[in-house]
Amino acid sequence: MRSWKKLVVAIAGVMLAGAAAWAQEDSGVSDEMFAVNNVWMMVSTFLVFVMHLGFATVETGLTRAKNTVNILFKNTAIVAIGLLTYTLVGFNLMYPGDGGWFLGKVFGFAGFGVSTDAAGLTSAYNPGYTYWTDFLFQGMFAATAATIVSGAVAERVKLSSFLIFSTIYVALVYPAVGSWKWGGGWLAERGFHDFAGSTLVHSVGGWAALAGVMLLGPRAGKYFNGGGVKPIMGHNMPLLTIGVFLLWLGWFGFNGGSVLSADPGAVSYVLTTTSLAAAAGIIGSMIASWTIQKKPDLSMVLNGCLAGLVGITAGADVVNIRAAVLIGLICGAVAVLSVIAFDKIKIDDPVGATTVHLVCGVLGTLFVGVFANGATVGSGADAYTISLGTQFLGVISYAAICFPAAFLIFGVLKKTIGIRVSEEEEVKGLDIGEHGMEAYSGFQIFISQ
Amino acid sequence: MKLIIAYIQPARLNAVKQALYDREVFKISVTNALGCGQQKGYHESYRGVDIEVNLLKKIRVEIAVNKDFVKPTIDAIIEGARTGNIGDGKIFVVDLVECVRIRTGETGHDAIG
Repeated sequence: MRSWKKLVVAIAGVMLAGAAAWAQEDSGVSDEMFAVNNVWMMVSTFLVFVMHLGFATVETGLTRAKNTVNILFKNTAIVAIGLLTYTLVGFNLMYPGDGGWFLGKVFGFAGFGVSTDAAGLTSAYNPGYTYWTDFLFQGMFAATAATIVSGAVAERVKLSSFLIFSTIYVALVYPAVGSWKWGGGWLAERGFHDFAGSTLVHSVGGWAALAGVMLLGPRAGKYFNGGGVKPIMGHNMPLLTIGVFLLWLGWFGFNGGSVLSADPGAVSYVLTTTSLAAAAGIIGSMIASWTIQKKPDLSMVLNGCLAGLVGITAGADVVNIRAAVLIGLICGAVAVLSVIAFDKIKIDDPVGATTVHLVCGVLGTLFVGVFANGATVGSGADAYTISLGTQFLGVISYAAICFPAAFLIFGVLKKTIGIRVSEEEEVKGLDIGEHGMEAYSGFQIFISQ
Repeated sequence: MKLIIAYIQPARLNAVKQALYDREVFKISVTNALGCGQQKGYHESYRGVDIEVNLLKKIRVEIAVNKDFVKPTIDAIIEGARTGNIGDGKIFVVDLVECVRIRTGETGHDAIG
C-alpha cells in the first residue's frame, strides 16, 4: 500500500511540475510539450520509413515472379541512396535557411553535411522537433520520390542506370525543387499550398516516372501492332494488398507528421481527412472498375486507395470532411480511367505509378484551390490565401523542371551506358540477368512471356 | 495419328503459337519443363557462392494431330522456335494408338478434330 501511495504522490508531483512549466512559458512551448511533439515527429518518421516496405511489396505484387529480386533490390538500394544523399546535400538544398539562397528564392544551398549546435536539440530550433528529427523525417520523404520511378520502369530497366538516375534525381532535383515551397522559397512566398507533398513528392516522382517510361518503351509483348494491349499480370495480389495497407499506415506519418508538431486538433483532423480519402478512393475506383471492366479489379481498387491518399496529401489540413471524401472518390475513379488511358497511348507502367502519383498528385494539388479556395493558412507575416491560380502555377512549375530534368538524365544514360536490358534478359527475367539469383528458388515459374 | 512433343525455349512460345495458328493447328498443351541438351548451363550465385545451373527452363509442347497435319505442325514449330543458336530444342514424333474425346466418346480421327 505504502509504495502505491508513494507512486501516486510522485506522479501527481510530476504532473504539477509539468503544469507549472506549461504555465511559466509565455512564448514557444514547454519542455514537456516539446518532448511530446518530438516523439510524434519521430513516430511519423518511423511510419514514413515503413512506406518503403509498402512500395517494395506493391511493386513486387504487380510485376512478374521472374523480376522480384530486381524490384526488391532497387527498393532496398533507394532507401540507402535517398538517406545518404540527403545527408550529403539534400537537406541543405531543400532547407537553405534565410542566408542560403543564391538565386532569388529559386535555388539555395546551405553547405555539405548535417550538423547542429546545442540549440538544435531544444525547442529553440523549432517548437515541434529537434534538428535531427527534422533531418530524419525529411530524409525518409526524399527516397520516396525515386521509389515511385522504380515501379514504373520495372521489368526492363537496367539496374546500374536506374541507380545512377536515382542518385542524381534524389540528391539534386528533388531537394532543389522542394525548397520552392517547404524551404521557404518563391512558391511559398506566393501562397502555394502543398501540405504534405502531392506535388513536392508525388508529382516530382511521377514526372520522372513518365520520362523514364517514355524513353524506355513498353515491356516486350505488352502492345501488339494492331493497337491491342496484352495484360501482363502481376504475380502476387496478397503482397500488393499488404503493400497498400502498409502505405496507408505510413500515410498517417506522411500527412500526420507534416503538421510538424503533435498539435492534437490538427493531427487528428489530418489523420481523419487522410483516412476518409483513402476509403473514398477505394469506393470511387470500385465503382469505376465495376462499371468499365464489368468485374471489379482488385489491383485497380488498391491503386484507387493510393490515388485517394495522394490526392488528399496536398490539402489534408485545409479541406473540409465532405471535400476529403469527394477528393478520394474522384481520384479513385480517375485512377481507373487513367491506367486505361495510359495503356491506350502505350505508356507501359506496370504498377500505375504515373496514374497514382502524377495524375492524382496534380489533381490533389489543384483540388486544394477548388475546395479550399480563399482559405487563409498560417498567421502573422507567414499567412497566405489559397487560390486555384497559385496551385496551378505550382503544378506547372514543378512539371517544367522535373520532367525535362528526368528526361535529360535518362536520355544521357540511354545514349551512353543504355537504360534497357537486352531482349533475351527481359524474357529470362532480370533476377537471373541482373542478379544471377531467383526470388522463388524451388518453384517452377513460367518465363515464356 | 501422331503425338508431337517439342521442347523449345520459353521465349519462343509465342512465336510457335502464332506459327501453329497460321497453319490452323489450334489445339496445344504446354507445360514447364527442365532439361539439358547440348546447351551449356548458366551461373547463378547465392550469398557469394557460385551455382551452376545445367537444367535449363524449357517449354514442353504437346500436340496430337492427324496424319495430314504432321508436317505443317513440325514446320510451324521449327519456324517459331528456330533462332540458330544451341538450345533451340527438339521435336519428337510418336505414334498415337488411340484418342478419346471425353465429352462425346468419339475416338480416333474425329476425336482429334
